[in-house]
Amino acid sequence: MDAIFWQQMVNGLTLGAVYGLIAIGYTMVYGIIGMINFAHGEVYMVSAYLAAIAIALLGFFGIHSFPLVILGTLIFTIVVTGVYGFAIERIAYKPLRNSTRLAPLISAIGMSLILQNYVQLSQGARQQGIPTLLEGSLRLHIGDDFVQLTYTKVFILVAAVLGMLALTFIIQKTRLGRMCRATQQDRKMAQILGINTDRVISYVFIIGAAMAGLAGVLITLNYGTFDFYAGFIIGIKAFTAAVLGGIGSLPGAMLGGLILGIAEAQFSGMVNTDYKDVFSFSLLVLILIFRPQGLLGRPQVTKV
Amino acid sequence: MSAGPLMEFKNVDVFYGQIHALKRVSLHIDEGETVSLIGANGAGKSTLLMSIFGQPRAASGQILYRGADISKKSAHYVASNGIAQSPEGRRVFPDMTVEENLLMGTIPIGMKHADEDKQRMFELFPRLQERRNQRAMTMSGGEQQMLAIARALMSRPKLLLLDEPSLGLAPIVVKQIFATLRELAKSGMTIFLVEQNANHALKLSDRAYVMVTGEIRMTGTGSELLGNEEVRNAYLGGH
Repeated sequence: MDAIFWQQMVNGLTLGAVYGLIAIGYTMVYGIIGMINFAHGEVYMVSAYLAAIAIALLGFFGIHSFPLVILGTLIFTIVVTGVYGFAIERIAYKPLRNSTRLAPLISAIGMSLILQNYVQLSQGARQQGIPTLLEGSLRLHIGDDFVQLTYTKVFILVAAVLGMLALTFIIQKTRLGRMCRATQQDRKMAQILGINTDRVISYVFIIGAAMAGLAGVLITLNYGTFDFYAGFIIGIKAFTAAVLGGIGSLPGAMLGGLILGIAEAQFSGMVNTDYKDVFSFSLLVLILIFRPQGLLGRPQVTKV
Repeated sequence: MSAGPLMEFKNVDVFYGQIHALKRVSLHIDEGETVSLIGANGAGKSTLLMSIFGQPRAASGQILYRGADISKKSAHYVASNGIAQSPEGRRVFPDMTVEENLLMGTIPIGMKHADEDKQRMFELFPRLQERRNQRAMTMSGGEQQMLAIARALMSRPKLLLLDEPSLGLAPIVVKQIFATLRELAKSGMTIFLVEQNANHALKLSDRAYVMVTGEIRMTGTGSELLGNEEVRNAYLGGH
């Protein structure tokens, strides 16, 4: 294996970890209320702006050390993005809880357009950016060549894995997690057991948005630039990852994200960068044809 | 307020779309009693139990619990106030283990008695202890039924609602389950039991109601109804 392969492996893993974080929001929301939250990509986009605002504010107050800046930015972004997730569900989906399946889907598309336009109006249509916060890199030599592992990428990988571990712990081991799973498996029974399922659904939106917020901070650290339209393509990629892993399955979303990120990076490295999106979406089509339930999903069984 | 019945239906009407599922139903359950509701398939028995949780809601009439009307309250409010149900079809959480399912029963009261109550359930249903780490979907119907009852008991309910605990189970398992219910009844638990298996239900119950197409047709003590000609012919298969 040559250096390009390993370089693209590193790039793919970081990209994939971030896809996985965003895919979590799609898959959890789908699992609990059976809808695709098409505004989820926009939540990620908003979080990129929030991250930039946090970094600027911290800089204004003279805080420049990386650990403090990143900690402050993460806390601010994740909390405010969580509030966005909560508000989106309350405004656009909860009133439609008992209507047809299509209604919240349309409402989601509307919410997505509103968020894009609101950010475009308030922040301007130009591309925005943040300064590089973390300089430097590791070089791993392979023969005469080397793989460059920037500290930013290392940080992204570590943070994404920690985020996923924390979430897995919450869902598997805590009371809140059990309430989420119960609501997902049988909402009516969950209510009969005393669970306020509306509140659980709110928590799921907050958790999903918080994960997208974490992803937003991480991607912004890596690329440095974003605009009001940034949520669209990444949102659809993360959605692809969720479907690839099996929508509704939490480990599936993380695995799907990693696989998609690596596949995309390897395609870019070996074939062509311009067509990487075509490649990703072709993957989506192939999955839908040959394994519609995804890698870790279960075949849809209609409840009687 | 404490002098009245624990639960009372007063002229309750329930509709499923166009279908008049419950017609001016009135009944009551006193504290410490075991009351059963028997009737054929589709008579409206499960609808009656679910209407306590507002699913579906009563169109008219009152559902009183400890003297207060709960017919407009949310399901989780009702559950949080001491009413637990083992529903039709058991509805255990298929992807959760036995222990996790039991913990889901503790939502209304919190985790403070969880370990102690779990042990109590394992004594009541030893099969559950053997299967404690197994996912509910892999268990037999009888085991799932035991789990559904145990899960309901984990909330230390004041009123236990049971919807056809014998449905689809082998006679030997039905016997076991009813033996456990008898123990519970003796311990002072208030039980409201919905059953097609009138023989077992009536033997267990202090009082019973007979429901036919959404109406209460007959009421009496368990032994009165067991001896009643009409009930014997309609629900006991002439045995």
